[in-house]
Amino acid sequence: MSFPWAQEYKPQGTVSKWVDERLPLPRLVYNAVGAGYPVPRNLNYFWNFGVLAGVALVIQIVTGIVLAMHYYASVDGAFNSVEHIMRDVNAGWFLRYAHMNGASFFFIVVYIHIFRGLFYGSYKAPREMIWLLGVTIFLLMMATAFMGYVLPWGQMSFWGAQVITGFFSAIPLVGEPLRQLLLGGFAPDQAALNRFFSLHYLMPFVIAGVIILHVWALHIPGSSNPTGVSVKGEQDTVPFHPYYTAKDGFGLGIFLILFVAVTFFAPNMLGHPDNYIPANPLSTPAHIVPEWYFLPFYAILKAFTVDFGIPFTGIIIIPAKLMGVLAMFGSILLLFFLPWLDTSPVRSGHYRPLFRKFFWYGLIPSLVVLTYCGGKPPYTQWVVLSQIAAAYYFAHFLIILPIVSRIERPLALPNSITEAVTGKPLPAAA
Amino acid sequence: MVRLIAFLVGLFFSGMLLLGLGDTVVSAIKEPALPTVEAGFHEETLPVTFAHDGPLGKFDRGQLQRGLKVYSEVCAACHSMKLVAFRDFAALGYSEDQVKALAKGWKTEVPSINPETGEPATRPGIPADKIPSPFANETAARAANNNALPPDLSLITKAREGGPAYVYSLLLGYRDQAGYKNEEGKELLKEFPDAATPTGLHFNPWFANLNIAMANPIASDDLVTYDDGTKATRAQMAKDVSAFLTWTAEPKMENRKSAGWAALGFLLIFTILAFMSYRTIWADKKH
Repeated sequence: MSFPWAQEYKPQGTVSKWVDERLPLPRLVYNAVGAGYPVPRNLNYFWNFGVLAGVALVIQIVTGIVLAMHYYASVDGAFNSVEHIMRDVNAGWFLRYAHMNGASFFFIVVYIHIFRGLFYGSYKAPREMIWLLGVTIFLLMMATAFMGYVLPWGQMSFWGAQVITGFFSAIPLVGEPLRQLLLGGFAPDQAALNRFFSLHYLMPFVIAGVIILHVWALHIPGSSNPTGVSVKGEQDTVPFHPYYTAKDGFGLGIFLILFVAVTFFAPNMLGHPDNYIPANPLSTPAHIVPEWYFLPFYAILKAFTVDFGIPFTGIIIIPAKLMGVLAMFGSILLLFFLPWLDTSPVRSGHYRPLFRKFFWYGLIPSLVVLTYCGGKPPYTQWVVLSQIAAAYYFAHFLIILPIVSRIERPLALPNSITEAVTGKPLPAAA
Repeated sequence: MVRLIAFLVGLFFSGMLLLGLGDTVVSAIKEPALPTVEAGFHEETLPVTFAHDGPLGKFDRGQLQRGLKVYSEVCAACHSMKLVAFRDFAALGYSEDQVKALAKGWKTEVPSINPETGEPATRPGIPADKIPSPFANETAARAANNNALPPDLSLITKAREGGPAYVYSLLLGYRDQAGYKNEEGKELLKEFPDAATPTGLHFNPWFANLNIAMANPIASDDLVTYDDGTKATRAQMAKDVSAFLTWTAEPKMENRKSAGWAALGFLLIFTILAFMSYRTIWADKKH
């Protein structure tokens, strides 16, 4: 366990003692999210989002299991089975809309969780492993969400699957055979739909497994905090329960209010009308766009418009399409290297004046622009904007961040969390 | 080493993007994008409000019944409604007997087999049946419609940007192309002489590419006689059928909205209690 002053689990009563001696599961829970886990006392509301992401996963699994009881993975029946759920299954419309919007809300809270980590330097030593597992969860989520979007077998399902699996065909030599192997055919069809359904059901449990590792890794150093200053003593922490269970309960209430407002009053706001048209391999939609949470990556993909080759010879080394695919995957994979790109010993962005400027005036606007442009047709103005924003995105992580960490002069850090909170210096350490 | 490789990768990607940027700008200047007919002459949906709009909106049952009448007497000649069953019409305020009568009297009969010979046959509808389609299959539908396929209308208001307002605008959107001007006063055929509507299609600036295969379905007033005495103007019929098609696409809308208010009320109380316990628990801790 992380801190020596953590409260110890004391089983009350014979049954609890009996269980504790044989399978100390209550002890595990007590130490993980109970009074046995000391947490910095100064966490702000951005620290609610890890728990909220966990709740969002549970919502997806519970609604998803019931939906799977009524869903029929067939190219002829999938679309109609979803409409059967919407029309004839008891509260089926609720399950389906909750699952559909639950995916969006899962991504919203995970994006905020990631930005919390980026701003407060949660990826830095000794928490690199938590970050690496987190990026893994994010990749798994993207794969799960993509396959889930294919299941209703609407127009965007089909054509989205066509475009996304088409990325593999950009790989030289093995690309096309690989794509056919993954799809089980030349185009998305029954074989692809079946395996997507199978994997879509499997992946959330894989995610749950990696989340257990993520939380385990978190409990070795303990939670980070907005000052980025390490915990120095018992006065810096409070037990997770009741302090943060109460705060997370309030955060959960706000989250659910927003989730319910969208799910019940604007359930199709985040979706695309074309997905209410059954899949038709003979009719391509005017604009194929992915779900909103993939738009920044889609914009990066489309931003690469020139081939990389030897000038004036016509020899092409990397065609633009392959480069777009590499960059799109690279834009996420680079996060794996973040702990070693940002070498500043100061964690929190609060005390890093230069880093903070690039974060708020560079990274965030570039991602907003990419998200916006990703949903637009390829007209000059949107291509230009996404090229500028994507160039900044890569430069931010790969060039600017390492330089900033080297040249920046951080502000003075508080001596301890308690001092930062109370404004009073601590009495001389005993 | 990591940072050196990262620097080179970053330089490569950002560099290629900036090269691409130059390329995009140069080609945009050299060959500026030509103005498209759609960009200048495709119309936004007409302003129209429905009783079911907004978080408190409920369907107007009388309007839905009128819309059903328009659908069954006008649209259903070409457009199927495969996801809706006759039994669902009970939600429009019809009694069990009325639903039975509606099913039995539907113009198209339900495909069946002759119990004596096993030959294909048809029989009158019953409430459990889905609404029978006007054409046996896509080929038949295309053959009867100049090779165009009339889309199924069950989900049409959810499958089009703009929803019921789009359907309403489209139904009232047929115009004479000769001399047609947009709001800026530009005349379509003067700006784009090649954009003349081909034979067999019909000019409608609310349709995505301005030329729609469907002929004006409600070209004149009084195509139907409403049972409640409402005057069947073109706008009235368009509005009623748009409301009806909202119901066919989202029959559980009222359940959804009322459940939403209950859920919000519950969560509001939960959140207030959670906030109060948060404040109480943290009262002695500065943070």
